[in-house]
Order: sequence, then C-alpha cells, then structure tokens
Amino acid sequence: MGTVGKIARRTFLVGSVAIAGGVVFGIRSYNARLENPLTARLGQGEAALTPYVKISADGITIITPRAEMGQGIHTTLAAMVAEELDVELADIRTEHGPPSSAYYNGGVVEEGYPFPATDMGVVAEFARAQRDIPAVFLSYQITGGSTSTHDGYEKMRAAGAVARETLKLAGSARTGIPVSSLTTKAGSVILPDGQKIPYTDLAMEAAAIDPPPTPALRPKEQWRILGNSQDRLDVVDKSTGAAIYASDVRLPGMRFGAVRRNPYVRGILLSFDATEALSMPGVDAVVDIGNGVVAVAESTWAAMQALDAIKFDWENPGLPTDTKSHSDVLAQAFTQDNLDSRQRDDGDVDAALSGADIIEAEYRVPYLAHATLEPMNAATWLDKGTLRIWTGTQGPTVARREAAKAAGLEEDQVELTTTLLGGGFGRRGEMDFVQIAAKVAVALPDLPLLVTYPREEDMSRGPYRPASIGRFRAAVIDGQVSAVDIASASPSIFRGITERGGSPAPIPGFLPDFTISQALWDQPYSIKNYRTSAYRSPDLLPASFWRSVGASQNAFFHECMMDEVAVAAGRDPVEMRLDLITDTPSRKVLEAVAEMSDWGSAPGPNRARGVAFSLCFGAPTAQVVEVAQTPNGLKVTQAWIAVDVGTALDPRNIDAQLISGVNFGLGAAIGEKITITDGIVDQSNYHDYTPMRMYQAPTITTRILENAPHIRGIGEPGTPAAAPALTNAVFALTGQRIRTLPLGDTVQFI
Amino acid sequence: MDLLINGETKTVALPDETPLLWALRDGLNITGVKYGCGIAQCGACTVHIDGEAVRSCQIALGDVWGAVTTIEGLGQPDALHAVQQAWIEHQVAQCGYCQSGQIMQAVDLLNVNPTPTDDDIDDVMSGNLCRCATYPRIRAAIHTAAAKIQAG
Repeated sequence: MGTVGKIARRTFLVGSVAIAGGVVFGIRSYNARLENPLTARLGQGEAALTPYVKISADGITIITPRAEMGQGIHTTLAAMVAEELDVELADIRTEHGPPSSAYYNGGVVEEGYPFPATDMGVVAEFARAQRDIPAVFLSYQITGGSTSTHDGYEKMRAAGAVARETLKLAGSARTGIPVSSLTTKAGSVILPDGQKIPYTDLAMEAAAIDPPPTPALRPKEQWRILGNSQDRLDVVDKSTGAAIYASDVRLPGMRFGAVRRNPYVRGILLSFDATEALSMPGVDAVVDIGNGVVAVAESTWAAMQALDAIKFDWENPGLPTDTKSHSDVLAQAFTQDNLDSRQRDDGDVDAALSGADIIEAEYRVPYLAHATLEPMNAATWLDKGTLRIWTGTQGPTVARREAAKAAGLEEDQVELTTTLLGGGFGRRGEMDFVQIAAKVAVALPDLPLLVTYPREEDMSRGPYRPASIGRFRAAVIDGQVSAVDIASASPSIFRGITERGGSPAPIPGFLPDFTISQALWDQPYSIKNYRTSAYRSPDLLPASFWRSVGASQNAFFHECMMDEVAVAAGRDPVEMRLDLITDTPSRKVLEAVAEMSDWGSAPGPNRARGVAFSLCFGAPTAQVVEVAQTPNGLKVTQAWIAVDVGTALDPRNIDAQLISGVNFGLGAAIGEKITITDGIVDQSNYHDYTPMRMYQAPTITTRILENAPHIRGIGEPGTPAAAPALTNAVFALTGQRIRTLPLGDTVQFI
Repeated sequence: MDLLINGETKTVALPDETPLLWALRDGLNITGVKYGCGIAQCGACTVHIDGEAVRSCQIALGDVWGAVTTIEGLGQPDALHAVQQAWIEHQVAQCGYCQSGQIMQAVDLLNVNPTPTDDDIDDVMSGNLCRCATYPRIRAAIHTAAAKIQAG
C-alpha cells in the first residue's frame, strides 16, 4: 500500500478517495474528522465506504465495531446499515472492526450520567446528545452496558445511507443520468430503464467522489429489514463448527501455552522450579509472568501437565482469608467515610422514619464468576517486531494499548484482531489474558502461540461480580410506603479496572463509582421520602463488570425490599408498585407481565409466584417467576418477562436475549457463588461452580413493548429482576424470607 | 497414531495419553470441538466414536476404539444433518461455543430415542452446559429434528 495509503488517509479527511483501487466514504458529521481505520488495511480492489462499509469486486462487508459475544449484535448492526444501503443481509459479510477511536461507543458514556433514564428534561436530553464527544476522545471502543444498539442506531444507518448516495453519484457520473432519477435495490444502482449496476462494480468510481452529507434516514414505516426478525449471520457457522473464536486461531508452527497464577489473589510469584517440567517431552518453555507462569508445549494438554510439574513459591499477600471476613468488611463499610454517592435524597427520610413502625432488613450476595464457556485465551505472533494478536475482547483499543505496554512495544507495533467471543458477560472487557499473552509473545519471538487459561485458572482467580450487602429501612402509612432508606456496599469496579489496566482512561478516585449505585437510585418510584446511598468498601477480591453490573445486586436488594414492604402494608405487590410509578413505559411492563402471568389468579397447588421490576440500562423490565414444591425440592416452573426497548429492531433476537438474561439471573440466584477459604477461592470448575443446566430451565414467555422514547439494548436488562422475582416467589410459597444468595444455600432446589 | 476422523485417516503426532480433545484441536487443527472444563462437566468437547456421543476430554488418544465424528463431519452448510437444520431454524446459537457439543449430544439422543419427551431431553442434555442458557430453543430444536427424522 505504502504511499498511496498514506495519501488516501489524509485525503479522506475532506471526502472520499481511491486507495489502491479502493474507496473510502466519510460521513459528514461530528465524526467526519475521524480517520477511517479501514483505509490502512484495504487490499487491492477493496473500497471502504465509511468506516462501516467496505466494498470490493467480491462483495460487500459491513464492519461491526462491537464484539459479537452471543448477543446477536453483528446481525443487528449489519441490519442497520443494510436497511439504508439497500442490500440484503444474506448478501453481505460482517467483520469486527480493528481497534480505532472511530469506533467509539457513545452509549457507555450515557450510562454514567446522573440522570435517570426516565428523565426526558432538557438538560438530560442535551447531555445525551453530546455523549459522543468524550467517547471519541477516550477511544471508547467498548462493548458493554447494553449500549451497542442505541449507540449504533443513528450512525450505522447513516453509514449505509451515505454509502448508498455516493454510489448513486458514481452511477450518475458513469451514465450521465441525473442522480434524482436513480434508485437502489438489492446491492445495485437501478437506472430508469431498469438496468442495474452492481455496487461492487461502482466502488472504484465512487472512490473519486466527495460523499454527500448524510441524507434523511428512512422512517420506520419504510423499513424492510429493521423491525423484523432476521436469521443470525453467524448461525450456520455456529451450527457447523466453522465459527472462529480466539481458541481456534491456528498458525503454521503454532505452540500452545497454559497459564497458572498465584492462587492467593493479588499475590506475586516469589520463585519457581521448572526443572522437571522442562524435561517433559513436548515442553518448550516456562515463561515467568510476574504473578505466575505460562508453560508452552506442543499441545495445550502437554502445557497443562507441565504446570502440574512445577514447584511454586507463592506470596500470600494476606487479604481477608475467608468468606465471612470478606462479608465483615462489607458490613463495616456503611459509614460516612465510605459514602461514595447519595444520588437520591427526596423529602425528609430521617423524620419520616422516626417514630414510625420500621421494616428493616439486610441482604447479602456473593462473588460471582462469569464462567464463560470459552476460557480466557489469546493467540499471538511476534512477527518481525510486529505483535499480532487475536483475541475475543470487549475493548479492542484498550486491548491494543495493554498488549503494547506488556510487550514493551509502541501501540502501532501491535495489530489486534477481534475474534468471536465464546461468551463475554463483562469478563472479556478485562485485559489480563491480553497482557499475559503479550508477555509470552515477546519472551518467545517469532513463535505463533495460543495461550489458554485452564478452566481452574479461569474460575478461581477472578475478577468477579463483587460481593455486596444491601440494607434498608422503610415505613408504611395507610397501606403505602411512606419512606425508604436503602443502601448498598461493595468494592469499586472502577478502581479495580483502572488498577488492572482495563479502563480506556484512568478513572479518578474522587469520582463516584456509578456501578455501586446502579439500579438503586434511579428507579421510577415516587416515594415521598426516598434516600439511596452507595458505600465503597475497601478492595477485596478483584471486582469486575458482570452481566448487568451493579443492577445484578441492587435490583435484588430494592425489589425484595418492595416485596417486604408490600407484605407489611398488606398490599398486592403489583398494585402497590403501580401506585408508585408514573412513568408510562414502566407501568406498561408491569401491567403486561401481570396480564401474561395471570397475576392474581391462584397459581395451583404447591406453587407460588413472585414479581419484581427493574429499570436498568434504560429499559424498564418486569418479571414474574413461578416456583413449585416437588418431592425433590423447589423447581422454577415458569417465568414471564416484559420489557420496553423503545424500538424493537429484531424481535426474535430480543426474545433470545431476554430468555438468556432471565436464566442467567435465575441460575446465579439458585446456585452460583464464589467462596474463600484460607485466602484461596474454593471453586475451580463447573462441578463446584454451577451455572443453570437444562433441567433447571423454566418455560419463559417474553413480551416486547415500544412505548419508551429512546431505543435500548437488551443484553443485560433480562437479568436483574430474575433473582428478586424468584426470591419473592419462594417467600410466597414457603413463608421463608431468604435474604442471602444463592437461595440454594438455604432451601433445596431440584 | 492413526485415527479415522470424519471418514479420513489422520496421523496425530502426539503422545498416546493425550486426550482426544487436544489431539483433534491442537494436533489436527479440527477446532469445532471445544475445550470448556477438561473434567466431563460441560460437554463442549462432545464427539462421536462409532456413532456414540463421548466426552473427548476424557478419552486418551491411545484408547480411541473406533471412527471419530466431529461437528465438521456431521454436516456441512451444503449438506446439513437434520439436527443442524433444526438448530438453524430455531436460531439456537448465541455465543455458540457450546453448540457443537450440544448438537453432537442431541444427535446421539435422537439415535437412541427418536421421539423424546421434554423430560427425556432434559435428562440427556443436562450434561451440556450453555452459559447463554439457550435451553428452551435447544429443546424446541430437538423436537423439530425428531419430527423431521421421523418423517424421513
């Protein structure tokens, strides 16, 4: 590419240009100044129409800048582009974007705003409109927070529209027919006489044309693709073994690494003796990574065997040594000094609670593992000074930075390719596996490597969803809640991710960590005296983003509280909530789930139902869960969930994500926990850390509503209300109010 | 060590005690079969030996007693197995990492029990973990595949 590529990249800033027989189209908007990261990578005869559309004679590729970790986002993002570009989804390919600030995610910025999602006021809406600015400067190329759909909704459609209009201009230039007489359909520009010029034919000419400003996007009523269920673009590959995850990257001469780090989390490796390991057949090397080693061998299994033959001297940094002492630290965190934020303090809570009959309780949740089925891994090849790295990451720009740092290279010496992710749930927003793989790559130059965490390593070293404690005091007057004082305490995920190198920019410690208070402070209940407090405990086990993040514990605390209050007030928990909620989309999901579950009817012998509501990631959700008493223990028989996503782009995929999210929450509530003994995590594999299995999976009925003003993502909103709905159902069935998760520690489930 | 895999004889240059899983993945670059746990708890490594579903992480290369079939050998996009067709029809896969194992287990289930009930499906498939919890669609896809196979 050489000189041509360099010129092209500069020229792109003012328009579009041919690059080695290719073309790039800019979007004339706020982000027009962003360099198109595709131009430097184009092959002969390829054209990049906007950072999201690449065309060559062989076909059309849509760049999907978010990680495909199962949530179906590649299909939805491609559908946004295809809708405006006038191509069929079956006729295009998708690719993860390379690391680039051009692929910023404005949605994650919005999630940290101090406005509840129900606030449609001028200030909140202005702030939302400006969200992209910090996202660009911070290179926020992140997949998380259920933001990909609302981040991409405008810009992916705009990318398709600009590319379409430029292709029409190229068609006009070729034929002399005015552009107003040209139309587009199924990947071609259509001339008035019906003749077709395929886009793939026009790409090179389009390269010479300055792209027009973004045209008006098509209204919903004209959509052909969006709003309709699509076949996932990856479904055939994923049903035939052809899908490529980081685990499946193979290069000539590749060797295989297995990781072992200090089982005392945060401890370093003092010394080790690998004499025996290095004498084993097929073992190449044992690389010191500071807090552990990577054994490299002819197969991953041989590397794992080598790890078992190494004598380690681990440092024990002396953190609290067992589960109870971790809980004690959390229990002591509810002090003024540890107050991280108090984002809601309506009325006079202290006055309203004094002298009233108080309902109060404490709830506890354990550490949880992500336990993605694909353990953490990365493939590397230090190829003549360029570190090539293939991994499943939720943050490619940060991953490139961290790989460079760990390898002692400049960022432009690192070329990172994002593969499919065998599950993410937040775990692949962490950078440990990238840092480790990069260190091993520079220790063994020129050798293609695949470094894998054995499951035991993946399970027992964290980071985890933080353990947390919630406390509330509430008062009831005349059958309605009159005062609520609710608080949550946990270690700071932000502090942890900054320390571990996973953040796009260092997050100053004086800023509140909104994940501690997420889905606690911003719930749409109009309670006269209402205070929510978030306390930041000292660091314990490394704390990380876990599907639905702070909402995963705070919805449990808040919605179990609402159930306790309803019981104390003698109220139906659905009716009581409806009395307190004025936000229409929130009311509608509650009404919908009540109707779907026939709430109010008797659930049948030995059965009971519980309800919970949660507004998280902007999407109000309501769930009803039914449990049955069976001779072998409790069984979750059915669940109903209603959610409002504003605009539903792919209903069948939303259904899939809701079911996945509900089961993720139910499985954790029934039986998942990470515990500690003598400073070491007890769980090591799927026999003692037990995600939901098929026999536990209930029938789930979903309903998607579209009353909310903004479009919302759906990867996480299904999870938070599952645990409280189940816990409230168990109370309704057994009369036992369980306040510690997992429930399976207290009652027997089948 | 020679193995018959997906109808072809392959030579694996790894020690006999290497689990079949790693012989396939790292020795032969057959990567549709996945590592999830290494202790027969997740089912991601499920393949067939002489048509029977086995956990390939538990079988040493030297002990392989018959012809091995992996997801790649079960069916390709232009000639899909009925179970794969049903998986696509129901859009089962999310992250997809476990699905090769799920499909290989489901094929074995239908070979043994061509008309399974939900309980039969739960019994056999509960050894295969899906962290995305696609279980309802797996159940539905197995019923669809069963009907399709019955109809011939």
